[in-house]
Amino acid sequence: MANKDKDLMMSAPRKIKLSASSKVFYIICYAIVAVIAVICLIPFLLLVSGSFTAEQWISFHGFSLLPGEFSTEAYSIIFKTPERIFRAYGVSIFITLVGTVLGLLLTTITAYVISRKDFKYRNVLSFFFYFTTLFNGGMVSTYIFYIQYLHLRDNMLALILPGMFNVFYLLIMRTFVNNIPFSLVESAKLDGAGEWRIFFTIIFPLLKSGLATIGLFLALGYWNDWYNAMLYMSTEEKYPLQYMLYSIQQQTQALARIAAQAGIQVANLPSNSLKLAMAVVATGPIVIVYPFVQRYFIAGITIGSVKG
Amino acid sequence: MKKEGFLYEFKKNKALFAMAAPAFILVLVMQYFPMSGLILAFKEYQYNLGVFGSPFNGLQNFGYLFNSGTGWLITRNTILYNLLNLVTSQLLAVVIAIFITEIRAKYFKKVTQTVILLPYFISWVVVGVFVFSIFNYETGLINTLISSLGGEKINYYMMPMAWPIIICAFNAWKWTGYNSVIYIAAVTGVDGEINEAAEIDGATIFQRIRYITLPSIRPTLVTMVLLQVGRILRGDFEMFYQIVGNNGQLFNATDVIDTYVFRSLITNPDIGMTAAATFYQSVLCFAIIMIVNTVVKKIDEDYALF
Repeated sequence: MANKDKDLMMSAPRKIKLSASSKVFYIICYAIVAVIAVICLIPFLLLVSGSFTAEQWISFHGFSLLPGEFSTEAYSIIFKTPERIFRAYGVSIFITLVGTVLGLLLTTITAYVISRKDFKYRNVLSFFFYFTTLFNGGMVSTYIFYIQYLHLRDNMLALILPGMFNVFYLLIMRTFVNNIPFSLVESAKLDGAGEWRIFFTIIFPLLKSGLATIGLFLALGYWNDWYNAMLYMSTEEKYPLQYMLYSIQQQTQALARIAAQAGIQVANLPSNSLKLAMAVVATGPIVIVYPFVQRYFIAGITIGSVKG
Repeated sequence: MKKEGFLYEFKKNKALFAMAAPAFILVLVMQYFPMSGLILAFKEYQYNLGVFGSPFNGLQNFGYLFNSGTGWLITRNTILYNLLNLVTSQLLAVVIAIFITEIRAKYFKKVTQTVILLPYFISWVVVGVFVFSIFNYETGLINTLISSLGGEKINYYMMPMAWPIIICAFNAWKWTGYNSVIYIAAVTGVDGEINEAAEIDGATIFQRIRYITLPSIRPTLVTMVLLQVGRILRGDFEMFYQIVGNNGQLFNATDVIDTYVFRSLITNPDIGMTAAATFYQSVLCFAIIMIVNTVVKKIDEDYALF
């Protein structure tokens, strides 16, 4: 990364003299990037300010980008009876932790096997995994299989297993494994170390940045998952955070639509600000953690885009 | 070299086989077994008989799907949305990538890049909340602005024509940052000295972009387009479902294969037509990616996906 920054600095135009057209280009360049960045932020601004706006103000004026009348009512309602949201948090944390740890082990160990140049079937195995990105059973047969044959209905495994192993992550991890010189493995073998020991004591500790990168991708996937919960979970106690958020949104949206179509006031409906406050509570952890772990994601996206 | 059999290989590398076994079994059970369920497209599925016990009914399911007009509609929508999203999100990502790499102010660059990538981390559920907060009739942000300016509120949920634009905009919002990271990597992969030399030789910034930056992006762009073309019949279910929801009035303009399949799966006990739709989607997608890849390989092997 440091090298790339240096390259960039070197390619920077010295202050020779910028022609008028270059100046215009730079102005447009900064302006457009700034505008796009602001557009990316506007929904968040709307979300946060709406969650801090008094309910009567919203139902009279509607949402705005700055709180019309400041109020923390929505948050105090959420945290007055926090059991529901804490339980959903608990489910999300549980599936994220378990899924990420198991997924990391699975991804790393499999990436190690398919990167072993002395393993004859590594290409066959890689293709076996890669093929699933080209062809799959589709939503219907997958759903029927998971329910009827794997008995995943209302089973926590339905939230963990589908996101645990991903070919894209496997290929990224293989790139990380390939960076470790194979001679390390060979010399350990000569010293009489077994395969398992080689993997766990030599390879695994050298994969720290790979583990961080893939671990974060896996964790993000689990944290944001609502789809599997929607398909397979039927008891509310087992809803992860995002799906709980969704089911709350649905109840109010459906009512609001009915009210709008019937031309009646929605003032009596459950709080608008409450929905937004829920979304803030569900998204908060990601937005707070994101700037600190961004570089791992950028590394992962970059490696993933290079064909393996 | 001696030709060795599977058994020999297995004995020699027992540990490696054991290491690969968990992922192999997981993918076999979770991904490959359900593939056999595609056969349901040719069957009349009955729960008590299971996937394999249900009786065959020929091509009837496909007949229902396409005679009702649904098949054509959802196929058209899926393809058009994918083309629209492909063009807009890649174009925007390339432009942003070029601009961000040209920007010299370090903090400005860092902050804007961070902000533009942020939407990638937000779940579609929360995007759904955004869409509703911006476009709903009673309290939506846009209607708030319109009525504060004294205008007439607009009911977007009754206006199918607005939704291709809304969907396309949020798709770009979510993915531009992610895609631009990929293009930025391609641009910064260029040796700094080339740019420097070009400048000393008096190349303008436009010439540098035209003759150095754009060609360096081309292989990445081709790969991205190919990947998207391979998914041209797959709708991004999470996006469509969270943005559009169950708004029946909008289905003509917004229903894609995946949302149609999901709705029928949940609401309709007769899954024949639905199974036909997924079969047709899976098989055609596979055929398209194989054909495209073969053609690309013929033209220029470096650009082939596999």
